Amino acid sequence: MADPMRIRAQASGDKATVRVLMSHEMESGQRKDASGKIVPAWHIQNVTASLNGKPVFSCEWGPAVSKNPFLQFTVKGAKAGDKISVTWKDNKGDTRTDEATVS
Amino acid sequence: MQTRRQTLKHSAVVAGLLAGTGLFPRYALAFNQGAFDAKSIADAVKALGAAGAPAQSSAVTLTAPDIAENGAVVPLALASTLPNVKQLLLLVEKNPNVLVSVFNVNESVEPSFATRTKMGQSSDVYAVAITADGKAHYAKKEVKVTLGGCGG
Repeated sequence: MADPMRIRAQASGDKATVRVLMSHEMESGQRKDASGKIVPAWHIQNVTASLNGKPVFSCEWGPAVSKNPFLQFTVKGAKAGDKISVTWKDNKGDTRTDEATVS
Repeated sequence: MQTRRQTLKHSAVVAGLLAGTGLFPRYALAFNQGAFDAKSIADAVKALGAAGAPAQSSAVTLTAPDIAENGAVVPLALASTLPNVKQLLLLVEKNPNVLVSVFNVNESVEPSFATRTKMGQSSDVYAVAITADGKAHYAKKEVKVTLGGCGG
């Protein structure tokens, strides 16, 4: 299991800006190791988010997203006290979910 | 016995057929390998189901640095003011695989996202918005990458 994500969700008006920092190697599959063999790709493929249990956001990522990825998106209709949960899934099937409260 | 070349040819044909019938999986949690394997912007946009060539549009905005000191972490933000946007894509033209990210837009999120990207070399970066009717609109910006440089 990977390290926890850092999630910050800030409400302004009827929207909330969500910023997420994930902890992931995001190996591109282009690099070679010391013996010249290609390091296999290992990256997050899907990120989804839900507001109070209702899915609101999803995206797909290729290997070109930076290591320890940063993501920012804006959810409509979110107010302080709502729960935002973010889930990622990588191409090895590993997954992690973390939750934060909108402030 | 099939040679590797034949196998590759066959899989390309099958992928083409799938894309043609519109059965290519492109919904949430179905990772679109074909689009992420694409080597050109036109291929990637087509694999995601857009019809026709992308047109430049001022309704799509891409926020990127002019010069990125470190190609491993290039902060990029994209947004669109078009109605009925289905997907926002982020593409880097000279990366080995051009497609970086696909953001699915629905009524509960703003069509405005930010993330950080790896870039192999200086290149044009594209933000593409695909609307519900399958049209693609884009904005582009050139980002210079100075790996190991002092950043000019």
